[in-house]
Amino acid sequence: MGAALRSAAAPRRLLGLIVPAILLVAWWLATSRQAYGLIPTPGEVVTALVDLATGDEGDAFSGRLPAHIAASVGRVYGAFLLAALAALPLGMLVGRLRWAHTLLDPLLQVLRPIPVTAWLPLSMILFGLGARSAFFLVALGAFFPILVNTIFAVRSVEPRLFEAASMLGVSPTRMFPKVVLPASLPGIFTGLRLGLGFAWVVIVVGEMTGVQTGLGAMIMDARQLSRTDVVVAGMVVIGALGFLSDALVLALGRRLLRWSPSHG
Amino acid sequence: MAEPILVIDKLGKRYGTVEALRGADLVVQRGEFICLLGASGCGKSTLLRVVAGFEAASAGRVVVSGKPVTGPGPGRGMVFQDYGLFPWLTVRDNIGFGPRARGLPSAEVARIADRFVETVGLTRFANAFPHQLSGGMKQRVAIARVLANDAELVLMDEPFGALDAMTRERLQDELLTIWAERRLTVLFVTHAIEEAILLADRVIVMSPGPGHIVADERIDLPRRRDVSSPEFNEVRRRLSAMLHSDHQREDAA
Repeated sequence: MGAALRSAAAPRRLLGLIVPAILLVAWWLATSRQAYGLIPTPGEVVTALVDLATGDEGDAFSGRLPAHIAASVGRVYGAFLLAALAALPLGMLVGRLRWAHTLLDPLLQVLRPIPVTAWLPLSMILFGLGARSAFFLVALGAFFPILVNTIFAVRSVEPRLFEAASMLGVSPTRMFPKVVLPASLPGIFTGLRLGLGFAWVVIVVGEMTGVQTGLGAMIMDARQLSRTDVVVAGMVVIGALGFLSDALVLALGRRLLRWSPSHG
Repeated sequence: MAEPILVIDKLGKRYGTVEALRGADLVVQRGEFICLLGASGCGKSTLLRVVAGFEAASAGRVVVSGKPVTGPGPGRGMVFQDYGLFPWLTVRDNIGFGPRARGLPSAEVARIADRFVETVGLTRFANAFPHQLSGGMKQRVAIARVLANDAELVLMDEPFGALDAMTRERLQDELLTIWAERRLTVLFVTHAIEEAILLADRVIVMSPGPGHIVADERIDLPRRRDVSSPEFNEVRRRLSAMLHSDHQREDAA
């Protein structure tokens, strides 16, 4: 039965390509008739992508894609790591210790709804134009999903597991590593996954801070030069990288959380 | 007579204004199989949880092997109705959890875990995770985990209540075999009269409002007991009358 399910999964996955194909055709129909319209045709975007990657045309964008990708990937993962390093311990404290919750929860709840875009001006004042600001904004985008999910995960450990561990000889001080941490891993993992996704979402905003390289910077430059083909090409690249990055995290989760019915 | 393994002395428990248990006295000898029988609200689970050390007594005291109970400890193993297995650990690691928590070397932990995986007949599932097991298998793991930790007193809170009838019968049988072989002392909470008579050396009948002990009945039927024998039914009728007369008193009140 398992094999039958697997062989049925491949055609089913192909079904997921139908809607994108229809949209692609619609896009092509809508844009191919008017020459030099504001919105590029799919063909023009592909040409732009090839030029970005290999650099045949010799304009300001040619061949610059690898550098932009490297800058953005570094920024996304670096900022994500920083966000995780801050949000994980903080979330565990706020989730498990009453005084930390009383002290910090109101502040965090007020800060959380403020969008990353609203932080942009302040960030440029605090961290200056450029890379440090971009890094801060992306980290901020990743921070709250990780924090909120970590708090929830460590709070919602089944009380029964504490009883089971204590009657098996686990002392109260050992509860955290023996019970809380493993029990909350699925929730924490969900937070990390969302956080990384958010890092990709805010990368364009983050790179509005005047950095020279990065996919967001490239899109901003292209916008000012009305190179919408490059703008759309940049969007496609961000989408693809975000998707790949998430698939990687999911595969990792499937390996590490084999025990969890919702992940394994 | 040898020192009793468990002495419960005028035990009372209050939750705020609700009195869950009042004046419970019970002495259990090593190797006895005791069933606490009663309807919901009679304080049987409360009594068990105080013995386990999960709840502090409001009055009276609990002494296990000469030492007053002040909190949970590996000497008293609890088997919960909802299993309470660690979902991130395999069957083998769940069973080895206690020995590992007590700091035994890992070779020793592995040896103990494998032995008790075998005791409860789960060798083929040693590397499975709890969510891959049936209810009966999960409860076997929960029992093995307590045995692996050398619990001298095994506390069971309606452990078979969530299982289907056939699985329940098989596990009752297996439990009796393990109890006899390992000379365990068992304190077993149930609301099923038949289960209590089938398993127990003594049935402690409890009654609500507030929870208290109404009778301590020795079951002298030879083992293995036949639930359809006239003698079994005789006991069943007696205990049933005891539980019901109690309900009527309550209804009249």
